Amino acid sequence: MATDVHGEEAGGLVFHPLDQFEVKSLFSDGPVNFISITNSTLWMAIAVLCVVLLFVMGTRKRAIIPTRTQSIAELFYGFIYKMVEDVTGHDGVKYFPYIFTVFLFIFFANFLGLLPLSYTPTAQIAVTAVLGFGVFIAVTIIGFVKNGASFLGLFWMSDAPLVLRPVIAIIEVISYFVRPVSHSIRLAGNLTAGHAMIKVFAGFAAIAAVAPVSVVAIAAVYGLEVLVAGIQAYVFTILTCIYLKDALHPAH
Amino acid sequence: MADTNTEVAHTATDVATAHGADMAHGAEAGGASMPQLDPSTYSNQIFWLLVTLVVIYFVLSRIALPRIAAVLAERSGTITNDIAAAEELKLKATEAEATYNKALADARAEAARIVADTKAQIQSDLDVEIAKADEVIAAKTAEGAKAIDEIRANAVASVEEVAKDTAGAIVAALGGTADQAVIDAEVAEQMKG
Repeated sequence: MATDVHGEEAGGLVFHPLDQFEVKSLFSDGPVNFISITNSTLWMAIAVLCVVLLFVMGTRKRAIIPTRTQSIAELFYGFIYKMVEDVTGHDGVKYFPYIFTVFLFIFFANFLGLLPLSYTPTAQIAVTAVLGFGVFIAVTIIGFVKNGASFLGLFWMSDAPLVLRPVIAIIEVISYFVRPVSHSIRLAGNLTAGHAMIKVFAGFAAIAAVAPVSVVAIAAVYGLEVLVAGIQAYVFTILTCIYLKDALHPAH
Repeated sequence: MADTNTEVAHTATDVATAHGADMAHGAEAGGASMPQLDPSTYSNQIFWLLVTLVVIYFVLSRIALPRIAAVLAERSGTITNDIAAAEELKLKATEAEATYNKALADARAEAARIVADTKAQIQSDLDVEIAKADEVIAAKTAEGAKAIDEIRANAVASVEEVAKDTAGAIVAALGGTADQAVIDAEVAEQMKG
């Protein structure tokens, strides 16, 4: 509250673009402990609800000629299934349910986060890091289990000149360990940036003279964010598939 | 004022989480600003994230994915069957058309054959009849000629007889007695003449 006063003193504008990312307990004033129901919990639950509505209620009739909702569910299924099959090959298809789970969670969290007054779980580095490192650890374990020590061939470019191979191997190892970091920060960063930007433009709307510009800018950024929400879910998923492909077929 | 807030944030971190908004503002003023970087909420977010993922995974793998896979398989099966059936029907139609064309060609050939046969039959019948008729005509002509010859011969004989009788009668009327043999010879002589 003190800074609100402070901000208004400074120039009549209030910028708190990051307040929206705060995790707050919904039913108690106490500190957020690990099982308290927070806004994050709520919006994750709504994402689950959307998945259930679309994929369980929508396909309830098991119609050969699908209803609209069932078509949408089938569209998602077909899209991700084809992606997994195309990228990882036939032996990657058994990981499809896991990849589909991650995709749907990110997709719905991203899009629900675009509703006014909502909250975006995937803008949190804690969430995306679990997803990113989860993929990283799973893929590394799958790589070693499937290929044994030959999984390390992933880092050894056999078609590069012999002199360069150790150098390339070092770069490959570094890039391998950077993967989960970039994987998770990309998602959280994109969403945080977009949501914060909308908030900043909204802050400018307090000045009557720039309010129309501000509204137009919010609309434009919002449109961009709709794209980002879909694209980031897609990017996260296809990168997961690519990492999985590396684990299943490490030879370059 | 910024100092006060930072102090609050520093001295009572656990209390600050209770007043999340205040803490965030205080942190903003102090330099660290992102709620995302507040580790006190991590355990909560991670816990609920894992719950969410497990729930979505089970909903998908137990209910949704088998159902959609079954529907898609059934649909593609139906489509394949329908296409196969259509293919079969098309084949049948082609076959039927071929049969029809063959039957048509056969019927045409049969008709042409019958026409030719009938023509030949009629021609041969005609030839036979014409030949028969010619024969009959020839016979009739011969008969007629014969009859004419007979009549002519009869007529000549009659004329000779009449001439003999007449000559005998004329000679008798003139008062002479004529030898019948002389008269006959004379008449025959004259008739040749």
